[in-house]
Amino acid sequence: MTQQDLPALSIADLQLLLRHREVSPREVIDALRARIELVDQEIGAYLSLDMESAANEAEKANVDLPLGGVPIAIKDIVSVIGQPCTCASKILQSYRATYDATVIRKLRAAGAIPFGKTNLDEFAMGSSTENSAAKLTRNPWDLARVPGGSSGGSAAAVAADEAFGALGSDTGGSIRQPAALCGVVGLKPTYGRVSRFGLVAFASSLDQIGPLTKNVRDAAMIMNAIAGHDPQDSTALNEPVPDYTAKLGNDLRGIRLGLPKQYMIEGIDSEVKTAIKTAVKHLNSLGAEIIEVSLPTTEYAIAVYYILATAEASANLARFDGVRYGYRAENPRDMLDLYGRTREEGFGPEVKRRIILSTYVLSSGYYDAYYLRAQKVRELIRRDFAMVFEKVDALISPTSPVPAFKLGERAADPLQMYLADIFTIAANLAGICGISVPCGFAEVDGHRLPIGLQLLGKALDEARVLQIAHAYEQSTDWHKARPPIASTTLE
Amino acid sequence: MAKTSGLDVTYVARLARINLTKAEVELFQKQLDDVLEYVEKLRRADVTDVEPAAHALPNFNVFREDAPRDWFTAEQALSNAPRKANGLFIVPKVVE
Repeated sequence: MTQQDLPALSIADLQLLLRHREVSPREVIDALRARIELVDQEIGAYLSLDMESAANEAEKANVDLPLGGVPIAIKDIVSVIGQPCTCASKILQSYRATYDATVIRKLRAAGAIPFGKTNLDEFAMGSSTENSAAKLTRNPWDLARVPGGSSGGSAAAVAADEAFGALGSDTGGSIRQPAALCGVVGLKPTYGRVSRFGLVAFASSLDQIGPLTKNVRDAAMIMNAIAGHDPQDSTALNEPVPDYTAKLGNDLRGIRLGLPKQYMIEGIDSEVKTAIKTAVKHLNSLGAEIIEVSLPTTEYAIAVYYILATAEASANLARFDGVRYGYRAENPRDMLDLYGRTREEGFGPEVKRRIILSTYVLSSGYYDAYYLRAQKVRELIRRDFAMVFEKVDALISPTSPVPAFKLGERAADPLQMYLADIFTIAANLAGICGISVPCGFAEVDGHRLPIGLQLLGKALDEARVLQIAHAYEQSTDWHKARPPIASTTLE
Repeated sequence: MAKTSGLDVTYVARLARINLTKAEVELFQKQLDDVLEYVEKLRRADVTDVEPAAHALPNFNVFREDAPRDWFTAEQALSNAPRKANGLFIVPKVVE
């Protein structure tokens, strides 16, 4: 194993080499640094790196811990002490976190090394990472295309072997959709399974932190480290944390998988549709029973989401007022001028748009018609899933109706961008867990573009969703395919 | 430009404490009218006797030990302040 080959390893394989002292944590950090220097000019996955502290931590790393000596990339919306936490927003461009998020504390306790912060749509609002105020991130499979979003930097970093694994956050699909578009694995845990303490809040009743990895086992390993109760997050569930790797390798006999008939909509790319149909047949051949199910409230999910998520966002983003931290407009006349110009100059267009929308739907006279009604329809969506999960163990769908689209292609029409989240959004509204695994490729303009298969599971059933995803992954070759940039070397 | 919803972007932006340029007002008005037209579909849902769901997995009465612990120092809390002095955040004069 040469240093140049190290970054292509999975977390599980890397940890084995570390534990057997075949490679040192310091060598791993150096190899990763060289890899990032080689490819990140083109990909643009990282907003900041702290390789010096990472190298120091590597010197002290205990490789006998579950993630001992494994560097993990962190979406730049999760606080890592002493490192920037910009949320890809001008309003936080010079902000440095003064504490570790609970997930970071837990990753460190498991031996992992956070070393860099990845790009995202500003405040995680978007599906392409184009709403970043800092820079563009490109899809490693086709540099003219988006990596998806909002955790696009994390997904692209893992796909381009610039990270062994990464953390993202998922409010309406922001882990699963970029994972699908970049050909990696992304898990959104059940709401409350992972502490949100130290995650900059977007929509507090929907946000959840989760892993993006090269394979399903790696996602399970990260979940083992980050899941669990936290007294600092009152929504973090006080439920026992299973060993998420325990069921990996179990077969699919007796597993019942539901195909929601409402998910076979117009507008799904034909190659995506074919890939999902083939995956369903494959899961059936592995022993799973396939059952058609109905989620009649599907048509309402996006509308409910954009009312509730933005409403929560406007409350959460009220704290960015130029007083205690972050950007402040110059020479304010008075407080109103300070607020108005700080937020004008500090927020990008999508964030402003969502704050305007949500202030309107929460305002007197409109609250009942929009916000309250959306909360009631959310309850109907929750009931739909509860009923379906009495009949099946998990649901199957595409993660995204289309493969990666071109940079700029959808940026001008926010509604079209919102509609791309059709398959992922309901899981956040219902609070359940979901995963995206690679299941094929679309051939577009001479490029192979990854397609993601989404599996949704009931609340706290991550172990089973991982088991199904693992059985699928290990009996196919999709996860072994590497993007063209993976073969970039120093020669 | 004809407004198709009840949204008045200029007025709402003032409530939200965000100054907008004229171009932004026009663009957002059109884009958000489209979004509001799209969410009209929620009127078709029958929500008779349905309780609103504020959270997907309701979790009530969550308490923790009310014990003192180490937390930020004043210096840390002020470390990102755009303007500070004497251990305080400095802002424009509020009261004449």
